This record gives sequence, C-alpha cells and structure tokens, in this order.
Amino acid sequence: MGQTFVEKVFSNKLGRKVKAGEIVEVIPDVAMSHDNTAAISLRFTEIGVSKIFKPEIHVIVLDHASPAPTEQYAQNHKVVREFVKKFKISNFYDVNAGICHQVLVEEGFVLPGQIIVGSDSHTTTYGAFGAFGTGIGRSEMAVIFATGKMWFRIPESMKIILEGKLPEGIASKDIILHIIGRIGAEGASYKSIEFYGDPITDLSIDSRMTISNMSAEVGAKNCFMDPDEKILEYLKPRARDPVHVVMADPDSSYETELVFDISQLEPQVACPHQVDNVKPVSEVIGTKIHQAFLGSCVNGRLEDIAVASKLIKGKKVHPNVRFLVFPASMNIYREAMAKGYLTAFLDAGAIIMNPGCGPCLGASEGILARGEVCISSSNRNFQGRMGSREAEIYLGSPATVTAAAIKGEITDFRVL
Amino acid sequence: MDKKVIVGKVWKYGDNVNTDVIFPGKYTYTINDPEEMAKHAFENLDPHFAQNVKENDIIFAGNNFGCGSSREQAATCLKYAKIGAVVAKSFSRIYFRNAINMGLPLIQCPEAVDGIEDGEIIKIDFEKGELTHKTDIFSFQQLPEFFLKIIQDGGLIPHIKKRLSELDDNQ
Repeated sequence: MGQTFVEKVFSNKLGRKVKAGEIVEVIPDVAMSHDNTAAISLRFTEIGVSKIFKPEIHVIVLDHASPAPTEQYAQNHKVVREFVKKFKISNFYDVNAGICHQVLVEEGFVLPGQIIVGSDSHTTTYGAFGAFGTGIGRSEMAVIFATGKMWFRIPESMKIILEGKLPEGIASKDIILHIIGRIGAEGASYKSIEFYGDPITDLSIDSRMTISNMSAEVGAKNCFMDPDEKILEYLKPRARDPVHVVMADPDSSYETELVFDISQLEPQVACPHQVDNVKPVSEVIGTKIHQAFLGSCVNGRLEDIAVASKLIKGKKVHPNVRFLVFPASMNIYREAMAKGYLTAFLDAGAIIMNPGCGPCLGASEGILARGEVCISSSNRNFQGRMGSREAEIYLGSPATVTAAAIKGEITDFRVL
Repeated sequence: MDKKVIVGKVWKYGDNVNTDVIFPGKYTYTINDPEEMAKHAFENLDPHFAQNVKENDIIFAGNNFGCGSSREQAATCLKYAKIGAVVAKSFSRIYFRNAINMGLPLIQCPEAVDGIEDGEIIKIDFEKGELTHKTDIFSFQQLPEFFLKIIQDGGLIPHIKKRLSELDDNQ
C-alpha cells in the first residue's frame, strides 16, 4: 500500500519507511519562532549548552506585538535581538518585516516536501506549498536550538475533496469556515489533512494559505496541498534550496475522506466564542459592530486588501466603527500602495496600520473594551482573546469585514 | 510525576476549553515567572479558579481540551497552580505536547468525565491507572513509556539535560 504525504515526507527524511502511529525523531529543515524567542532563549539557557545546533535552520520574526507597545514588550524584543546577535542567527527579521508566516513564504524558506516547525499554532499555513508545517511549544523550540532534534508522532491522514465552482465573490475564508463549522473544532484532531479538488487548484496562492492556516482550527497537525505550477512559479525567484516535490502515493489510505460541494456557498461567519460556531451570514445580519479588523496571517494578503479596497472605494466607514487595516507584510504594504489600494481606505476613514499581528491576540493595536463587538478577518474568536472577556468577536472574509465596517453592522457584502 | 497517588477536588468544565481562556494572550509576552502565570490560570473561563484552587486539585473537561494557540503557558500556569492532573475526554495536540513537556499529567478518560460532578473529591493512582470516586473505579490507559519518561524527569528541559549529561558521561 502507498504512503500518505506525511508518511512520505518523514520516510524521506529518515531514509526508511515509516507509517502513521510511529514516534520518530528528526531535525527539521526550518524552525520558526517569533516574539516568544525571548522566553525560548531562557529555556535554552536552562539546558546549558554553549552553542546553537545549526543556527542556519532558524528563522526569527518579531511580529506579535510590534513595534513594542509597552516597556515589557520592548524588553522582550531586546532579549531576542541580543540572543540573535550572540548566537549569530542570520535569518532574523525585526519589527519592520511583517507576520512570520507571510515573511517565511516571501523569503523563500517554505518549500515543498520540507519539515518546518514553528512555535506558533498556525504553522500549518505552509501546507499550501506542499510542505509539512506544524506548531510546537516553547520548550520544544529550545530543545531544537540545543540539539536540533524533535520528536513527532506520524499522524493519520484525512482527505478533504472540494467539488463545484465557487460562487462569485465568495472567498476561501468562507470555504474553510464552512468546513470548520461542519466538522467541528476537533474534527481533524492530530490529523494530516490533504486537500484536493479543482476548487483548490483554481484558488490563488493567497487564498490557499487562508485554508491551510485555518486547518489549525480543526485540530490538524499539518495540511497539504499539491505544489502545482502556480506554486513552483512563485518559488522560482525566492527558493532558498532546490525544490523536491513530495506527493502522496495514489494508492495511499486515509482514515477519513470528506467531500464538500462549494457551489452553493454563502458568506460564512464564525460567531462568539468558538471558531466552529459557524453560521451563514444571513443568520447574523444586523449585528452591530464597533470595530472591524482586516489583517492577520489568515487574511492580510494583497488579494484580501484588493477585495476590501474595491468594496470600500467611494464609501465611508460607519461613524460608530473603527476600521483597522493591517497588511500582512511590508512587501504587501508596498505593493498595495503601488496599486493604489490604500487610498480608498484612507478616503473612507479607515486606519492603515503597520504590518504585524495587530490586535488578533489581544496584545496591542486595537484592543476591545467591555461590551464591544468586533468583526475580524483573523482566525480566532475565543472569549477574551482581543481584550475584554465581555467583548465579542465574529470572524468573516475580508469582504464581510469590510461590508460591516461600512454598514456599522454585519451584512451580506453582495447586497451592500 | 513525583506523586504516585493524589487526592483532590474536581473542577469541571466543558468541551473545547481553549488556550485563550486558560491563559490570556495579553500576558503571553509580559509574564515570564511561572508562579505569576498561575495567578492568571483560567482567568477568562472561571475568574474564581486561581484564588481558590488547592494543591492536587484536578481539572475535568470534555473534548479537545487546550485547543487554539501553541502557548506553553497554558500548561505551565496549571502546573504552577499545583494541579494534580487534567482529566479530559480528549486533548488538542499542541496542548498534549506542551503538557507532557511541562511535566503536567494528562489522563484521557471520558467515562470519568461523564460520571463525576464538579466539586467531588477523587483519588488518582497513576501507577495502577485508576481514578476512584467513592465506590466507583475508572480505569485509564497509561501514557506510552516515551512520554512517561519525560514527565518523570519533570518535563522536556530537565529530560534533555539528563540525556545530554548521560551522553557526556559515556564519552
């Protein structure tokens, strides 16, 4: 019997055939950490080794609270900068680069068939490039700094096949929210999800990354999409290493196979306080909002900004709403500026913020007060995540977020 | 796992208890002291928890405990709140890794979660793999040897230190 994607990736790495359920130790190809590198460096010091095993595999990006909003965060960043300098880590991106997952992709660190770990749960994003990407904890990253190696249990695999044609204006965010609503927050717990079907092939790279990113919200360990011509073309000018595509064998076996027909999909919204509390937008129309957040590692890319910019052009942000726009990286910011997308936001009264995670995790730049409601293009709406535990967060696509910013309440962007 | 048997009170919660309600994101880069983390444990879920929890108390939860962020503090804060174990129907994968790596014992036992109410006093015998409430005994499966070793050493960092020093001794 053939091997699934994840079995093959680990078999290639280890030079022997492995299968789901085995626990193995490997040295990852890339190890990403962000602002939490400061805490990781403390744990690394506890281990007591004098140098970093393979500093070249590490990439560090400051993005979670950037630029530092308080003295404590400033101190945190300082510890990271000193650590990077002391141990000669050359792949370091300071607060002027963008969100880690976007920066790693743009800088050519994410390649098909690679094993990439990140001390961040949305490391699943790299599945859109045919890489194995998974989140790990701080102690684990400290151990990788010290010894290079980390243990993994080879996960069972789930196949998700998309069918049909995506209706006009409906986004990949609506697809993944729909899937999350259907299979639930642990619908793919510990699984490697392999996505197939024409609708995936038809999506842009930006849109695919939205789906791979939010695979984390169904508990997936990693996900996989075919690194097709679109991906290989994108990688040509930026790949840091030779590209070796790894695909599942055609006769590999999957624990579960699910098929979703997306041809009738409406805009989807995840309601407070769980990401799998998903409803079609028609059921929440009229919900008043105080803040709209466009950005994050899910939906802060050029395509998202383009959609939002076209929608808001010539209109105004509702007087009761703060509309915050965060390009996911400095490159995206620059491109959005060159294409003229940003003017429409400024004219409408939106605030264009610096690339970074923004208020997604409640650290800075747009925190919610008691009783406030936010509609967000990010990936989590857990209670208290963006500030007060008495605030509410709805999740939607860039179009849904923008339409709400204009109307002052959740609405169907198609009838704005 | 320095204790083989613990007796403690049950704090019972529902499904999908996520990392933001276990340890709020706003503290993730501002609190580094684990004792301080413990003071904010479950702040967004149960504001009374941190003040009233006692050593060896036991968390009960439904499916997918610890879903969400990779933040290790969601395990650290419970360990330093001196929680004896977390018993759940299932655990989210990164939480599972983080708990093992922090030396926080996890028990998967859906029957016990369904059969025991909030506030009850229970006994857990880790060696026998038994959880006892009054006359009811629930069996649970021990973690694989690979994970038990990490927990027994007090977490991943002490475990790796031990492994590295053994390597040095052999050289």
